[in-house]
Formats: sequence, structure tokens, C-alpha cells
Amino acid sequence: MLASLVAQAAQLPFDKPIIDFHALAPEIVLVSLMSLVLLVDVFKLEEGRRFIPPLTGIAMLASIIPLISLALDGADRSMFGGAYVVDNLALVLKAMFLLSGYVVTLLASNYLAEGDFWESEFYLMMLSSILGMVVMSSSRDLITIFVALELLSIPAYLMASWEKRNLRSNEAGLKYYLMGVFASALMLYGMSLLFGVSGSTLLTDIGAAISGGDSSTPIVTLGIVLVIVGFGFKVSAVPFHSWAPDTYEGAPTPVTAFLAVASKAAGFVALIQLVFIGFLGRADVVEPMMWVLAAASMTVGNLIALRQTNVVRLLAYSGVAQAGFMLAPFAVVGTNAEDALTAVVTYVLIYASMNLAAFAVVIAVSRKTQSGEVSSFGGLFGYAPGLAVAMTIALAALAGIPPLGGWFAKFVVFRALVAADSAAGYTLALVVAVNSVIAFYYYGMVLKAMWFSDAPDGDTSPIRVPVSLVSALTLTVAATILFGMFPGLIGHFTGNLQGLLAAAGG
Amino acid sequence: MKDFLNDWGLTTMVFLPLVGAVVMMLIPKAEEELHKFIALLTTLVVGVVGVFLTANFDWDRSKDLQFVVDKGWIDVIHSRYTVGVDGIAMPLILLTLLVVPLIIIYSWNHFPEPHNPKAFLILMLVLDTGMIGSFVAQDLILFFVFFEVVLLPMYFMIGVWGGEQRQYASIKFFLYTLFGSAFMIVAFLALFFVTGAETFNMVDLARLVRENDVARNTQILIFGGMFMGFGIKVPMFPFHTWLPDAHTQAPTQGSVILAAVLLKLGTYGFVRIALPMLPEGAMWWAPIIGGLACIGIIYGALGCLAQTDMKRLIAFSSVAHMGYVMLGIATLTDFGINAAIFGMVAHGLITGMLFFIAGSVKERFHTLEIARLGGLLKQAPYMGWMLGFTSMASLGLPGLAGFWGEFPAILSAYNPAEGLNVGLFRFYMFIAALGTVLAAAYLLWLFQRTAFGTPKEEFAHEHVHDAHLTEWIAWLPMLVLIVVLGFLPVLIFGMTSDAVQVVAQALGR
Repeated sequence: MLASLVAQAAQLPFDKPIIDFHALAPEIVLVSLMSLVLLVDVFKLEEGRRFIPPLTGIAMLASIIPLISLALDGADRSMFGGAYVVDNLALVLKAMFLLSGYVVTLLASNYLAEGDFWESEFYLMMLSSILGMVVMSSSRDLITIFVALELLSIPAYLMASWEKRNLRSNEAGLKYYLMGVFASALMLYGMSLLFGVSGSTLLTDIGAAISGGDSSTPIVTLGIVLVIVGFGFKVSAVPFHSWAPDTYEGAPTPVTAFLAVASKAAGFVALIQLVFIGFLGRADVVEPMMWVLAAASMTVGNLIALRQTNVVRLLAYSGVAQAGFMLAPFAVVGTNAEDALTAVVTYVLIYASMNLAAFAVVIAVSRKTQSGEVSSFGGLFGYAPGLAVAMTIALAALAGIPPLGGWFAKFVVFRALVAADSAAGYTLALVVAVNSVIAFYYYGMVLKAMWFSDAPDGDTSPIRVPVSLVSALTLTVAATILFGMFPGLIGHFTGNLQGLLAAAGG
Repeated sequence: MKDFLNDWGLTTMVFLPLVGAVVMMLIPKAEEELHKFIALLTTLVVGVVGVFLTANFDWDRSKDLQFVVDKGWIDVIHSRYTVGVDGIAMPLILLTLLVVPLIIIYSWNHFPEPHNPKAFLILMLVLDTGMIGSFVAQDLILFFVFFEVVLLPMYFMIGVWGGEQRQYASIKFFLYTLFGSAFMIVAFLALFFVTGAETFNMVDLARLVRENDVARNTQILIFGGMFMGFGIKVPMFPFHTWLPDAHTQAPTQGSVILAAVLLKLGTYGFVRIALPMLPEGAMWWAPIIGGLACIGIIYGALGCLAQTDMKRLIAFSSVAHMGYVMLGIATLTDFGINAAIFGMVAHGLITGMLFFIAGSVKERFHTLEIARLGGLLKQAPYMGWMLGFTSMASLGLPGLAGFWGEFPAILSAYNPAEGLNVGLFRFYMFIAALGTVLAAAYLLWLFQRTAFGTPKEEFAHEHVHDAHLTEWIAWLPMLVLIVVLGFLPVLIFGMTSDAVQVVAQALGR
């Protein structure tokens, strides 16, 4: 039976796909070094353990080198019939994922070594998750997107429950897993509908097929809605956000940082590709839906965040609200695709740096206080002014106060919304405006504790911050400040993304 | 030298404080004297640069922007690093350059609890950058960034070094201002898009609004967004409620900076941005602004009369005084706007001075409750007389600076710009004039109750030190300027009048 099948298959014409090894070099480097990490762990066990975090870090940084050479080369490369594309957008996003992964490695190394964790396997999981994200950045095809999504999600489910004998951590992982699988199922169903209508899994083909035909409107609408809902879970947009706070609080904090930044960004990357290439012709479906998701995420996320007393939960809800800000430009894709694309990418990049900075401080402080309560930050300015200033910079950036990174992110969102010059755009801009003010209140609660209150138990012994955390802090804080003062740096990366839209014929 | 000033003068002035702040961050906290020295030196050097700039300023062309630097900044959004000074910005910059070093001198031995001069002075220097930057920025986005830079330092200054209710006051200050700026940035963007501009340059945008005949209704809406941003900062009634709390709870230094410079950012924004760019919007809003200004004048004055706390009283008097400034602006005439700018400078000096004295009174008596004070002239005669002198200036006594801010502003309402309702503005004029009577009442009443008579029982036997050396150094320049500007108002009017002409022309007068 099998033999006959193989024989049959051998009869089929087979075109060897052209593989551009330069374009795939980042993935290849990452996979090879990942295998090295695995081998070191398998053969060296205990004595190899201390080499694994640096090796992971090197894997991330080494994968950036081919990215740079690709960027210098400048040509867009497309493979597998357009399913896998390496263009400016993909390069920028890959670099962001790898750098975020590097920072999370720095955050995790001491945390894991000092706690009751399995260490080496963790890094392996993280590397494969990052690999999924790197692949996601280039996916222009439903199947590639789905494979990338599962590759990045499944390790993340495991990482969320990494604290084995902690019930909350198990709960975190289980919730995340169930919700994630549910979302995947919805998304797959949506994808199958889109495939049914267009007869292709390539996003460009789907875009061409669905933009014209009115006859298939209900199916197309259902397909688009289901796919967006699926990614709505991934980016924790309201009303699909309910897993996020529990998962964030229960998971080990470095993992939370990873989920809140890299995993969420990956969801946005998928959305960018789907919406800007595939669904651009159906803005009539995408825009209202994104308007509602964005407005609801900002408002609900902010209002619930006001009531939080735990910093990690607070950051989780703030992340929900921030997701709303990032979704906002999608609500004007039809009229203003170019600005909207720049806005989302810019926001995702800046968000990564400022949110990682905030988590780095949370990890550093909890080393001493063993708590994530807002009150445990009391008096931080008195005994650890450096950490307090770093946290202030991170939170003020998240709140969007110039001259720190976040302002430019908010600004480009405003710009995209206002430039659409439509009622929907202006109203959403006002919702964003009001929400940025509300947001400051809860960021201010943390600032207040750090600067104005006294240490809760009068313990003002300094915090010992390990070198890896210091470097993570320096990197992220510096990026946050630089992006704010010289937004041109970001503009340099995000100013040239039209290639994506050109692919969509838009 | 000339070349350096042309290319780098303004940039140096703006960013030198930031450099000082970075240097101070690297020095350990314990080196307090060194910190004070660096901070003072930085602000003095900035002051010297300012003096050189003033000396090289071409007064015959004071209507034009000078020392202009125009460099690329954020190309993606067409925002540029454009700075320059003209006659409108000059007096306010000089005021900032003067007040900040004086505050540092005043602070020398008077750091409020919880002390920590390092952090306090770093915040002060960051504030300095934000304030000077706002006055020199000629690009809307650049202006917005500097406008916001002042928020966080002030928030911490109130929240960390402030009084009992400091946490409430600081967050209130912050949220109000942030709310305004969120609307302001949307307005800026809307302006950018309706004009189809390729730039955020203020002058170009104003020109494009004229050339493209932006519809009146659009102008009104965009002006509304700016009104929220600037009006809250001024603050205008009914957005003033953050001010008394912020002023009362802020440390003395914070109150002085707030009164002397920060409030001016709002009024300056009206003169520099809102009026010349949106002339028709301004026409529609002028009666409303004038009305709110008059309510502010009367409301502030009545508020003063009801206060039992000296600092809170001065804070409410700020609301009233800024009302005169806004009334001057609302007339949309060159006369009124000149008066408004003079009013800004005069209010900065006078109210700043009043807050200084209130701070020193608080330090000596540990209370600012008017009912518990009295006999200041007996216990500390110099301070008592300075309080009297400054109160006189504040109520607008001719011959002192306050007069030239208040009187012409009232007078300008007699003859508002063409197209505005003359009857209405004459009514405003009447109300504003009534306000001066109330101002005299509350200021004299304050002076009388705190300075006259004999000290109250609880302080009668306490030795009260009269003004210290640092206080003298900090106060004398301000007192002298109050007199000098009172006798020679032309010092300010001469700077501003040509540049204000340009604004008035943009308004179509």
C-alpha cells in the first residue's frame, strides 16, 4: 500500500523549490545553536548547565548577524511561491524577537538558577518559541502562519507552568494552554473557510479572491472574524483577555515578560500580515471589528487596571490596554493602510523595549521583597534609586510621556487615526486620548509607592542586582529613552515597509 | 562668537541643564555641596548664554525669529528640530533664566524634607530644559515634547517634597495636565492633516491655514483641542482646581517655578500657537475665553477672600491674575496681547516672590494659617516690608510691575478686535476692573493680618530670624526688577510689540 503510494508520488512532477540560504540564514543559525544547547544539555548534564544561558544568549545574538547582512543587501527575497518572504518588515521584526529573547534570557538566568526550576530545558523551550516567532515574521501563507504559531505557542504553554510544584503556576499554564488551543481551533476554522473561498493558502491570493466577490460575503466575513478572534486571544484583546492576568501572575516572572512582550508581539505580527496582505480589500469587515476590539481593550483594560494591587497583574491589564492602542490603527486600514502599518510596527517595537524594562525592575525588586504587591515597592527611591528611576522611566514611557519612547508610539497611532479623516478615526483618537490619561493613574500608583511612600517594613537594605539584570535594564532603558528622544531611529526601520502593501497590491 | 550663538546658542541653553543633570546623576548622593555647586553653576552658565544671546539679538528685527536652527529630527512624521527666538519668547526665556538660579540659591540651606538635594536639583534642571525648550521650540511636535517634559519633574517635586496632601495634589496636577495635552496633540495632528502640510513648523502651518482657507468650523474644533491643552495649563476657570492644591502642597521652590514659569506655558501657547494659526477659530472662541477669564478674575478673588491659609490665598490670586492675562489675549488686539505678555512676566516675578516669602514664613512659624500669624513687621521687619511691597505690586499699584500687566489688559477690553462684540467686552472690562478692587481687598487684608499688630501668643517669645543671606540674594533681583519694570515698562513692551504685531496681523487686524 505504502509502496504503491510512494511509487505514485514519484511519478508526480516535482519542482525542487529554490532555497535562498542567505534569506534563511537567521533561522539556520538559530536552529544549529539550539541543537547545540540540546546536545550540551544531554551530554554534559550538571557541568554543562552553567554554559547554557550564555549559549542561549549567543544563539540569539548570532542569529542577528545574518539579519544585518540581509538588511545591508536590501533586496526583498521571496521563497516557496511567496509563502515565505524576507523583506524589511520581516527583518525588523526578527531582530526585535531575537533581542527580546536575549533580554528575557538575561532576566531569567539568575531567576531560574536561584529558584526551584529545571534550567536547561527552559532555554531550549524559549529558543524554539523564538524560532517560531522568527518564522512568523516571514510567513505570508496560512499554513506557514499556523505552523509558526504553534511552534511559538506550545513551548510557551510549558514555560508558563515552569514552576512545577506551584499551583498558581500550573493554573497559569493550564489556562493559557486551554485558551490557546481554543483560539487555535477557531482560527483554523476561519482559515479553512478562507481557503474554501479562495482556493489558496497564500495571503496574496486570498486577498485577490475575497476583495471583489460579493456573493461569498457571509463566508468571507465569518472566516475573517474567526481568524481575527483567534489572534485576539493571542494578543489578549478584550473580550478575549481573561486568561492573561491569571497566567501572567502565576507564571514565573521572566516567562511573564516573555509572554507579555514577545508572544504578544508575535500575535500582532500575524495580524499585520493577515490584515495588510490578506484582508485589506475587506476593510468593511475588518475596520468595525477592530474599532470595537481596540476601544474595548483600552477602556476595559484600563479600568480594571485601576483596581489592581499586584504589579504583575497591573502590568497584565496595562498590557491589555496597550493591545488596544496597538489595535487602534487597524480600525483605519481601509483608508490609510500605510500610516496604520507604520503605527502598529512602531508601537510593537517600542512597547517591547519599555515593557521589558518594567519587568526587569519587577524581577529585580522581587529578589528582595519576594512579592509583587505595589506596596512592596514602597520607599524604593530611598534605598534603590537606580531601580526606582528605571521603573519610573519604563512606566512613564508606557503612559506615553515625552521624551520617553512611548510618546512616539502613541503619536503614530494618533497620526494614523487622524489622517484617516473619518468619524471612526477621530472618535477612536479621542478614546485613545482619554485612555492615555486614565492609564497614568495606575502607573502613577506604582510611582507613588516608589517615590512618596516609605518601605513597608522599614527594611531599607539595598538590593543586590546581578550583572545579567543590570545589562538587561541598561539595554531596555537606553532603548526606551533613545526611541523617545530620537524617534528617527525607529522611523529608520519602520519608514520603509511599503513592500508589504505592494505585495497586497494596495 | 556670533557664529557659535547663531548655530548653537539656543541648543546650548536648552540642553546644558540636562547635561548638568546627567553629571549630577553620576556623583554620589552624599556630596551635597558639590551637587548644589554644579546645579547653580549650570544654571548660571545657561544664564550667561542667555545674556549673550540677548546682547546679540537684533532688536530692530524683533518680530523675526532669530538664532534659528533647523535640523532634521523625525523624518517619518516630518517633524524637525526647529528652534528660534523672537520678541514674544525673549522676555519669558529671560524670566526662566533668572528665576531658576534664584530658586537654587534660595534652596541652598532650605531643602524641604526629605532633603536629598541631589534628586531635587536634578529634577530642577530637567524642568529647566523643558521650560526653556518650550519657549524656543518652533515646531509643534518639538514644542509638545518639551511641554510634557516638565510634567514628571514637577509631579515628583510636589509628591516627594510637598506638604501633607502632596500625593493627592501631585496626581491631580498630573492628570489634569495630561488630559489637556492629549487633546492638544490630537488638535496638532488635525491641523497638520487639514492643511495637508509636509511640516510641523509653526510659521509654515499658520501660512498654510491661510492659504488653504481652512473652514471656520474646522478651525473652531481644532482651536477647541488646543484650548483644552493650554487652558488647563494656564489654568482657566473651570479647569483651575488643580492649581490651588498643587501650589499649596508643593514645596516653596516648586510653587515659585509653577507660578513664575509653568503657568506661562499655557498663555504662551495661546499667543504663539493657537491665535496666529487659527484666526477664525480664535474669533469664535474669544468671547468665551474672555468670559471665562472674567469669571476666573472674580472667582479667584472671592476664593482669596475665603482662604485661611496664606499659600492657598496666593494660589487663588494666581487664578485671578492669569484671568487678566487671558482677558488681554481674548481681545485679539496687539494692545491686549502686549499687555498679556507683560502680565505674564510681572505675575511671574510678583507671585513667585510672594511664594518665596510664604515659604520663608512657613519655615519660621511652621504654619501658614493666617489667623495664627501676625506682627511679622515686628519680628522680621525686612521680610514684613518685602511682603508689603510685593502685595502692593500684586494688586497693581502704578509704578510697580503689576500695574502694566493689569491695567492695559483691562483697557484693551474697551476696544476689542474688529468683529468681536464690543458691548460684551466692555462688560468684561467692567468686571475685570471690579476684580482689581477685590484684589486690593484680599492682598491688603492678607498683609494686614500677617504683618501688622503684635505677634500672636504662641510665637511672641520665639526668636524669628529675619531674611537670611541666601534669601536676600534670591529676592533682591526680583524686587529690583519689579520696580524697574514698573518705571520702565518699555523694557518689555519694546521687546514684544513688533513681534505681537505679527500675531495681530495673522489675526487679520
